[in-house]
Amino acid sequence: MSISNEEYGYMTKRASPKSPVLLDSFKAFIVGGIICAIAEGLNQWLLFYGLGEKPSRTIAMIVIIVITALLTAIGIFDNIAKHAGAGTMVPISGFANSMVSPALEFKAEGHILGTAAQMFSIAGPVVVFGCSAATIYGLIIYFFGLY
Amino acid sequence: MEIALTILKAFLVGGIICVIGQLLIDFTKLTPAKILVSFVVIGVILGGIGVYEYIVEWGGAGATIPLTGFGYSLAKGTKEAIQEEGILGVLSGPLSSASTGIMTAVLCGLVCSIFTRSKDKK
Repeated sequence: MSISNEEYGYMTKRASPKSPVLLDSFKAFIVGGIICAIAEGLNQWLLFYGLGEKPSRTIAMIVIIVITALLTAIGIFDNIAKHAGAGTMVPISGFANSMVSPALEFKAEGHILGTAAQMFSIAGPVVVFGCSAATIYGLIIYFFGLY
Repeated sequence: MEIALTILKAFLVGGIICVIGQLLIDFTKLTPAKILVSFVVIGVILGGIGVYEYIVEWGGAGATIPLTGFGYSLAKGTKEAIQEEGILGVLSGPLSSASTGIMTAVLCGLVCSIFTRSKDKK
């Protein structure tokens, strides 16, 4: 039986279960919102104690990453992520989870080829494309004198 | 009540950005890796053309904590590096502005992997 790519795509689309888009979006909104609200609360608290704008934002980000790592290590994060979808993936917690989770999962394959190598299986592409895009942006503003 | 309002704004902006991500997952079936990559690149572009600055001003952490904010800080850091070092800033800027986030995650990953057992053994 030969089928074209489009037909195959259509078939898989019909066969895969429908996810309730509205409920998914609502959950993502709440969870993502809460993560950002926690970070902003922390940010305001640090500003109140006289820290500058930039360091308090950075510290808020670090705290979110550390909390994510801890929740990942004790296995709670996956349970939240299952429900929250993009709510935990799009904030920096998704980035942190994509590094910590494989680090734990592939520990059995050794520290070098397991933990260290797999840590960057998703974060690597993010860094490569993000930084390359920033470099292209840098070249553009440098040669057009926009900085 | 100033603070409560800023936190509410962060909640709204962060929530909306996450809903955009969720709609992308539901309708386009992009893999998580692709979503993360595209959010960072979109952040670099929006930060580069100066739109994201306004979102950050209004939404605070709601705009900086999502990965688009990571991209925005890459673009911003690159610009600052160019102002300081000229053409060399094009190469040094991107990674140095991403460094704090990456290094924190690397350390967390290492420490967690040392202090936990492999999941299979449980």
